[in-house]
Amino acid sequence: MHKFANPTFFMKIANAVFPWAAGLSVLCFIVGLPIALVTSPPDYQQGETVRIMYVHVPAAWMGSMVYAVMAASSAVYLIWRHTVAHIIARASAPIGAMFTGLCLVTGMLWGEPMWGTWWVWDARLTSMLILFFLYLGYIALGDAFEDQERGDRAAALLALVGSVNLPIVHFSVEWWNTLHQSSILSMQGFSISTEMVVPLLLMVGAFQFYYVAVLVIRLRAELLAAKIRTARFNLAATG
Amino acid sequence: MENLSDYFAMGGYARFVWPAYALGAAGLVAVLWLSVKSWKAREDEFAKLKTARDEGAN
Repeated sequence: MHKFANPTFFMKIANAVFPWAAGLSVLCFIVGLPIALVTSPPDYQQGETVRIMYVHVPAAWMGSMVYAVMAASSAVYLIWRHTVAHIIARASAPIGAMFTGLCLVTGMLWGEPMWGTWWVWDARLTSMLILFFLYLGYIALGDAFEDQERGDRAAALLALVGSVNLPIVHFSVEWWNTLHQSSILSMQGFSISTEMVVPLLLMVGAFQFYYVAVLVIRLRAELLAAKIRTARFNLAATG
Repeated sequence: MENLSDYFAMGGYARFVWPAYALGAAGLVAVLWLSVKSWKAREDEFAKLKTARDEGAN
């Protein structure tokens, strides 16, 4: 386990994973998009707007999942001081923020024609908006300190504390009355027809693999930034 | 041709369905592009620092 804390060893694995993640993401998009946009049936109630689901639901799942990754790695960083764990969290944040933002705007685009309103302040939408702000706060906090390590720790703490929002996002449609429809995936399986599950899962796959591929690119950039800081420090010391 | 415009009309919901997909594509491409850009910029910067260090050593 602690072997993964070595950045060189870790990046070796990450770089080996990269072409597979990138390739699988492209493949899922190529297969999934035509099904989502053309061959899958319109909903008997919601008509063609149901196609928004194939962007909205995967974006929502990714928004929560990436945050869970961020909170877990932040915990590892705070407890064991593994820099790699912190770098994973830091590199994940902008990707998760984009997915959460995408979930919010596609939700509005779906809400207006189906509910007759772009926005309601109910538990699901509000907790998702809070998730979006948690991402923004995390990104801002990480760069807000002169001392890099203090910023890192403050951001990690925010990620960890903010994770209480995740179960609220998930259970909000059960705990409170809402316009939002309930979960598609539950212990009883899927609540939508197979013709809709297939494109949905393909788009989820496309987003998942996209996250992994972009994460690797961002990890490379983060590790280079650390190397640059050390090189600058050494240059200043010797020059 | 008429079928195609029917398709793009999305049963009257074109102005909701297409922007959802367009914003999705824009978001994914933007984050990918920014990530590649910062990785490349740091790679260049690190290479420069390495040259500076090697020159300093000689």
